[in-house]
Amino acid sequence: MAFGNKEVLRNINFEIKEGEIFALIGPSGTGKTTFLRILNFLEKPIKGEIKYNGMKTPGVLDTRRRMSLLFQTPAIFNKSVFENVAYGLKVRGIEKKIVEKKVNEALNIVGLAGMENQNARTLSGGEAQRMAFARAIVYDPEILLLDEPTANLDPANVTKIEEIIKRIRNERRTTIVLATHNIPQVRRIADRVGILLNGELIEVNSKDGIFSKPKDARSEAFLKGEMIY
Amino acid sequence: MSSADFLIQGIIRAFELIFSLNPYILSITGVSIKVSGTATILATFTAILLAFAISFLNFRGKQALVTLINTGMGLPPVFVGLFVFLMIVPVGPLGFLDIVYTREAMILAQYILITPIITGICLASIKAVPQSIIETVHTLGGTQKDAVIETLKEARFGMITAILAGFGRALAEVGAILIVGGNIAYTGSVGGIGEGLSKTRTLTTAITSETSKGDISTSIALGIILISLVLSVNILANYFQRTD
Ligand SMILES: Nc1ncnc2c1ncn2[C@@H]1O[C@H](COP(=O)(O)OP(=O)(O)OP(=O)(O)O)[C@@H](O)[C@H]1O
Ligand SMILES: [Mg+2]
Repeated sequence: MAFGNKEVLRNINFEIKEGEIFALIGPSGTGKTTFLRILNFLEKPIKGEIKYNGMKTPGVLDTRRRMSLLFQTPAIFNKSVFENVAYGLKVRGIEKKIVEKKVNEALNIVGLAGMENQNARTLSGGEAQRMAFARAIVYDPEILLLDEPTANLDPANVTKIEEIIKRIRNERRTTIVLATHNIPQVRRIADRVGILLNGELIEVNSKDGIFSKPKDARSEAFLKGEMIY
Repeated sequence: MSSADFLIQGIIRAFELIFSLNPYILSITGVSIKVSGTATILATFTAILLAFAISFLNFRGKQALVTLINTGMGLPPVFVGLFVFLMIVPVGPLGFLDIVYTREAMILAQYILITPIITGICLASIKAVPQSIIETVHTLGGTQKDAVIETLKEARFGMITAILAGFGRALAEVGAILIVGGNIAYTGSVGGIGEGLSKTRTLTTAITSETSKGDISTSIALGIILISLVLSVNILANYFQRTD
């Protein structure tokens, strides 16, 4: 993957398992966002392919509709909270009654029930982030790509979102890829971890493995916070 | 009579004319709104089509069209008036329309004048929609068509502002309609001032002729109406800009 002649990601080859929480960690500017954008077809890699469920992808739209990507800084439509969250259902042509039920469910999960009619542009930073989270899970994606989902939240909301992530995985068996540089968060919720360093995946390991006996010395340095970045 | 008295008398008489709903003044106001309103409606349809095509479609000559629109945004009204006049005179290419000194000619001139303005502002507001909004549509499973619809919706307040800016410009413009419309009123004085009811006389063209005739109170009355209209349009435009 490259932007112009700047190579951003190279030699990435690994599997994410169904129903796991896979944390992608690494210093700032290392390519985490770019990687998630490739998975969601927003960027096109120069070489390589992605297989979903071991099949060649049946088409961008169909594959994309089975997943969702939560941006690091969510873009918010100039509409009500309800309309924002309902968007993914509406483009799928879901019936009105079901849309209402699903949106209310999603808003309940993120603790924004009762704010349906507020213009979403007037939400606080934390509320906006939670609304974007609701918008991303409302249509039950099989794969949920989360880019720093708790970066702008206070500790109470961080805990809440982390609980939601675990709950969704447990209840819906959603596969979750979580990009973050929050190492304590990885300890709390990840099943497996990949460390991305300067565009290269230096290690993929179970959470216990990576924290107790990392395979790469650079992983250890990064996890201990010794990495200079 | 001192100059202050003269002015105060003029203003008092102007308000009398307005509040007595003087038919001459009313007919002029009516022509102004009808001509500029029709031109704005026609220009809006054209502008939205153009802005849509330029923003979302690829075709040959697109860059040339954009350049034409940008140039058109700054056209001097008298130039547009002269151009339209040369088109519609009996020997001109549009002479068969037989519309010299009619409201239709005025509508045509203002249409040419404000279509680039409305298009230009529409284009800018579509362009101002962040890429991340379009990406969000795709991420949530929207199609290319959904992305276009969402972009237009996000740009809606900017487009309303564009339409109002076009209408305001048309209302305030004098050069083009003076040339192609001729500032004509029917004969036979009504309500004791001016000539007859307006045929192609608008607020702006009437102000020029009444002032040069020396009928200051009529000019002031017309000026008050004009400025109130333009101000209301601007307040409305401001409101939509803030809603954005
Ligand atoms: N559109 C682009 N054009 C050029 N360079 C880009 C573009 N997008 C990203 N990059 C570069 O690619 C590299 C990886 O960026 P990316 O956003 O993936 O990092 P990240 O790991 O998500 O960082 P952070 O933790 O700060 O969010 C960076 O050096 C960035 O400057
Ligand atoms: Mg990032």
